[in-house]
Amino acid sequence: MERVVEPAAKASPWRRNSETIAFGVLVAAIVLGPFFIYPLFLMQALCFALFACAFNLLIGYVGLLSFGHALYFGWASYISAHAAKVWGLPPELAILSGTAVAALFGLVAGSLAIRRQGIYFAMITLALAQMMYFVAVRMKFTGGEDGIQAVPRGTLFGLFDLRNETTMYMLVAIIFLAGMLLIYRIIHSPFGEVLKAIRENETRAISLGYKTDRYKLMAFVLSATLAGVAGSTKAILLQIASLTDVNWPMSGEVVLMTLVGGLGTIFGPIVGSFVILLMQYKLAFVGEWVLVIQGVIFVACVLLFRRGIVGELAYKLHLRL
Amino acid sequence: MFTIFGVPSGALFGQLLIGLINGSFYALLSLGLAVIFGMLNIINFSHGAQYMLGALTAYLLLQVTGLGYWPSLIIAPIVVGLLGIAIERFFLQWLYKLDHLYGLLLTFGLALIIEGVSRHYFGTAGLPYTLPDSLQGGRNLGFMFLPNYRAWVIVASLTVCLGTWFLIERTRIGAYLRAATENPTLVRAFGINVPRMITLTYGFGVAIAAFAGVMAAPIYNVSPNMGSELIIVVFAVVVIGGMGSILGAIVTGFGLGVIEGLTKVFFPEASNTVIFVIMAIVLLVRPAGLFGRRA
Repeated sequence: MERVVEPAAKASPWRRNSETIAFGVLVAAIVLGPFFIYPLFLMQALCFALFACAFNLLIGYVGLLSFGHALYFGWASYISAHAAKVWGLPPELAILSGTAVAALFGLVAGSLAIRRQGIYFAMITLALAQMMYFVAVRMKFTGGEDGIQAVPRGTLFGLFDLRNETTMYMLVAIIFLAGMLLIYRIIHSPFGEVLKAIRENETRAISLGYKTDRYKLMAFVLSATLAGVAGSTKAILLQIASLTDVNWPMSGEVVLMTLVGGLGTIFGPIVGSFVILLMQYKLAFVGEWVLVIQGVIFVACVLLFRRGIVGELAYKLHLRL
Repeated sequence: MFTIFGVPSGALFGQLLIGLINGSFYALLSLGLAVIFGMLNIINFSHGAQYMLGALTAYLLLQVTGLGYWPSLIIAPIVVGLLGIAIERFFLQWLYKLDHLYGLLLTFGLALIIEGVSRHYFGTAGLPYTLPDSLQGGRNLGFMFLPNYRAWVIVASLTVCLGTWFLIERTRIGAYLRAATENPTLVRAFGINVPRMITLTYGFGVAIAAFAGVMAAPIYNVSPNMGSELIIVVFAVVVIGGMGSILGAIVTGFGLGVIEGLTKVFFPEASNTVIFVIMAIVLLVRPAGLFGRRA
């Protein structure tokens, strides 16, 4: 039997610990970032980065392409905004309620979608997300085209006033890092190893006695939940929840972010989401051409650059990232 | 005028007719998706954009060259079909050895490009497309008023659907096609040019989408967004029907259109979502789809 020797296994300590080192760089970048980058942009990018990492948990480590992740991001955003604004809940509970709803939707949508494989899985997740988009358009509490605006940021645990940008930044940074650590733990746990086995050869995983459907569903719920954390936090941060967050282009955008950064790398989706968001900011003046540019990036990535930025870097330098 | 379950018969038959019209578009598009998937193993996400391009080409032909509906019905599918052939040669042919997902991602990117360019030049508001004189007006069937054009759309799409079924299931070319779907290497060994067949199949599937687009132009306005929402519904139709059977795609397309139309009469709030709900139920009861084979 062929045995895959991981390039990092026999290499120098630098290479062996490349993931840990990259984590250190990430933390340093988050601490120093606000001194160089406009904090609001940074916070928004961190929310999207967590969203993309959650999505990547499915495509990168289980091989399941969900084309409907806007469902969890957008609905969590609505619930969190509604909880904070109408129910008057403090931000921590607002974020939790958004997350809980995303997890619930993930459980329902996931148990339907895993009944089919491959390409059908993508189509089912997309269709279910579109259905919940129409529900969001119809329901009163979402405010239709206006969305939910002027969401109060509130006071975290009754102690920290989130209207202060520094406090808000710390909250977003902590949520993001906690999410990343959780994803890291999931990937490197025995559970994560089974997920990767399913990605490589599901039939074989089944023959080894794993109930792969349960693993896939669990991964789906985790991914949806983390997407929900990102969406809820984004609603509190930007103080708005709107149809944009729940519509299909958002699902496409998170795919693009992950693809650009590198499918199946831990840090790729972070880089990808920064690149795509930066592009949207810098190119806002070109109007509809943003859509065209996104399309061109999709095509170019699929044809020429399937490893993505971080994936390519890891491959060239023989690192695990 | 009489009533059925408290609904005036005119409204009921009117919605049934709209359902059949929508159903014919679902059938044409899911048929094209199934044919393409059979040969290329790619889900063509740009199918909706190509449908929109068909409508847009018809609009341009009318505005720029003055060519009306009937010539457009021939020219637009050919033009868009040729574009499809170019797409297959330039992009898709490099993907056949990769995971299916890359085909979906690439055609999604193409859809964004097509839609973005069209939006830039034509805006997002709908552009009206006038009906040809020969199809204006309608006739009274006694229980409802039937506009001529709508009758034509249903007849034409049924003809194209059944013609495609005949081509694939009952002719020599279709036999080659089905054989190449099952085992391309063996069919090549018999001296048949399979790569060219793949290219032409993609062009054909795209041309059907463009044909549907031209037929849709006088009913819905021509708009760059018309394809993207439709394609998601068509995906649900394909999940419900399964892509294994041509007749299955046709029956599912028309059937779901009618169910959607009926929902508009009896429970209008759910008319946007009913197809997705049916998809969820089918996944629970028959995970392989109504006409699908268990993979």
